[in-house]
Amino acid sequence: MSKFVKLLFIALWLGVTCMDAQGARESRTIRVAMTPAFLHDQHALLAEWRDYLEFRLNRPVEFVQRDHYRDTMDLLQQQKVEFAWICDYPYVVLKKDVRILAVALNEGKPTYRSYLIVPTRDTRTRSISDLKDRVFAYADPYSNTGYLSPRFEIKRSGGDPATFFRRTFFTWSHRKAIDAVAVGLAQGASVDSFVWDALNKVRPDITSKTRIAWKSDEYGFPPLVAQNHVPDADFLLFQNVLMSMKNDAHGRLLLARLNLTGFIAGSPQLYDSVVEMMRLFGER
Amino acid sequence: MRLFDLSLRFKLPLWGGGLILVTALAVSTSFVVQAWDNLNQDLQQNAEDIGRTMAPSLFPELLHDNVWGAFEIVSLPFSTNPETALHESLIVLDNDRKVYVSSRPQQHPVLSELARLGPEYRALNEVLPLAPDARIFTLSVRGAQRIFVAVPIANDGVRLGTLIVSYNKSLLWQRFQIILMRSIWITLLVLAVLLPITAYWGRRMMLPMRLVTARISRIGSGELEALDPTLYPYRDEVGQLFLAYETVRSKLQEKAEFEKQMVKSERMAAVGRLTASIAHEINNPLGGMLNAISTLKRYGSPDPVMQKTVSLLERGLSQIRETVAALLVEAKVKSRPIDAFDLEDIHILVTPAANKQGTHLSWLVALPNPLGLPSTLVRQVLINLLLNAIAAAGRDGLVAVRVLASESRLVMVVENSGQPLLPEQLTRLFEPFTSFSENGNGLGLWICYQIVTQMGGTISAESNTELTRFTILIPLNPQSDANPTQNLPD
Repeated sequence: MSKFVKLLFIALWLGVTCMDAQGARESRTIRVAMTPAFLHDQHALLAEWRDYLEFRLNRPVEFVQRDHYRDTMDLLQQQKVEFAWICDYPYVVLKKDVRILAVALNEGKPTYRSYLIVPTRDTRTRSISDLKDRVFAYADPYSNTGYLSPRFEIKRSGGDPATFFRRTFFTWSHRKAIDAVAVGLAQGASVDSFVWDALNKVRPDITSKTRIAWKSDEYGFPPLVAQNHVPDADFLLFQNVLMSMKNDAHGRLLLARLNLTGFIAGSPQLYDSVVEMMRLFGER
Repeated sequence: MRLFDLSLRFKLPLWGGGLILVTALAVSTSFVVQAWDNLNQDLQQNAEDIGRTMAPSLFPELLHDNVWGAFEIVSLPFSTNPETALHESLIVLDNDRKVYVSSRPQQHPVLSELARLGPEYRALNEVLPLAPDARIFTLSVRGAQRIFVAVPIANDGVRLGTLIVSYNKSLLWQRFQIILMRSIWITLLVLAVLLPITAYWGRRMMLPMRLVTARISRIGSGELEALDPTLYPYRDEVGQLFLAYETVRSKLQEKAEFEKQMVKSERMAAVGRLTASIAHEINNPLGGMLNAISTLKRYGSPDPVMQKTVSLLERGLSQIRETVAALLVEAKVKSRPIDAFDLEDIHILVTPAANKQGTHLSWLVALPNPLGLPSTLVRQVLINLLLNAIAAAGRDGLVAVRVLASESRLVMVVENSGQPLLPEQLTRLFEPFTSFSENGNGLGLWICYQIVTQMGGTISAESNTELTRFTILIPLNPQSDANPTQNLPD
């Protein structure tokens, strides 16, 4: 009952804030850090989304882009940004410092997978164990699908992730990991399914050079998180704006272009499987 | 026909064209050779430049073992337009001569040994210097497909690897072919422009030469055709040839004319001499015969038949004497100088004859002072010519007389508008017994000619459809023996 009252109160407060927004505009900038968790290179799309958020929040919004997950994590820890869209693995690492703002819906579900991709001409590989002594591309050491998940699979099949491959390297983004496989630099890579699917829509010429050899179980989709010090009002406002994106035409258009179906509030339980994997590696 | 006997009309363009062809080929060839050299050097320079620029930025990537970062660097030159990139591939080798990363990862997989990439790479593997302070090393083997430029990736005396810039000679050849084709086209274009110009110029140069040559070769046959000077108005050698031809032509024409005159006057002189000696031979016995007849008439028998016969003989011989006297023109008669009154007398004398025929007589005489010429002879010449002219002019004809005296000579012109004289008549006009009319003995003009030439002057006739003109020029101070052949014996 009290929960219902609380929600009602928030809704009322939001209504007042929105009306208020028509008059005076708050000058404090909302800073959102972005990671290469999704299509990092679509600058025009990001700029449009930012404009949309500025309009809806009635506040200046700044997207802060960093190439390495660790950099984004540092930004959060050092309170240089209020919000961030981070991978599920960093979220689990930073769990104490942040709370989930929203989780995007990928094809209607707040989940994604890890794809094991290989060059198209490699028709034999069915699992990561077929890639022993090959050259393998990881996305980022703080990526779940691009680092944690494949290493977990190796370990689960009895291998030692440190010596399993002949050579490994980081591309620092899922998109570039796909490139590395497509040009033949790496004989395999583990990438974010959302990135591969989105790229498959805009650049099928690149994805057609790769083949998905194996798909992992579902993991919680990379969440948008808020730094713990963010005021409730800002948190709720932002969350509401994100979750109501699907309710207006422009928002729906942007969601479609982001290859998302919407946002939900999400919960930490979504990421329990990641916690499990981390525990296996003794990192927690 | 031998090649060198060809007309200059063809030879000149052929030579010009040949020279142009040789020049164009020589220039093109040297250009192409230069282009090949430049291209080769450019490629090598380009490879070295790329190596020099890239090697320092590859050092940290190797140091931090960032394969993807190194790949992004080496694939950068190919990312925009792979076809135009001069080099074939960029390979980063580690110190074990294994591929660290290559711009063509499928051909040069990560961690593969350099020697296993192919025979040319094996050759490179054998000679590649790996000392930390090694300089840029270039390997270009004759017959090999690729040229390699190896740049050490080193910093502060530490060498982490080698950047191999390799480019394919076929690429070089491809680029060269473009240059070659372009230069061939330019050469053809230049030839297409220059050869017709040469051909045209050769023809133009040779046209006047041909005309002159054709005319000169016809000089022998006596035809002297004039050359139109507007055909070649310039003052170069060809123009001078034109002028020289014209000079030769006019000289030859003068000579021919002069020869004709010579022949004519010699014939007239011969005729004169013959006539004079015959007349002389006749005159001597004739005097005796007439004396005898006179004696016979006075003292002979009064028989009427004989008297009649003697009279017949006398009349006949008298006619012979008159004729011979007419033939023996004597210009050395003493006579008073001619003056304006003599000419007025002539006017009066011929006017009735003109009036009788209805001929218009135009009379223009300007003779202010008496001249040192014998009046009798001048009068005789002028009367002869005038009576001839009046007779020729006919009814309603026109006869014009102009007499003028200058310091040195007397000019008399008699014109009539009668029937023109034929060319053959003109040539024999002044010969004795050449009569063109029914009356007259054909001696009038002969006498005029004799008188005028004996006075050292000239008489000439010209005739066209409009009028016939006789022109007499008599020098006022004739040299006594100007024309001795014309002097007739007594």
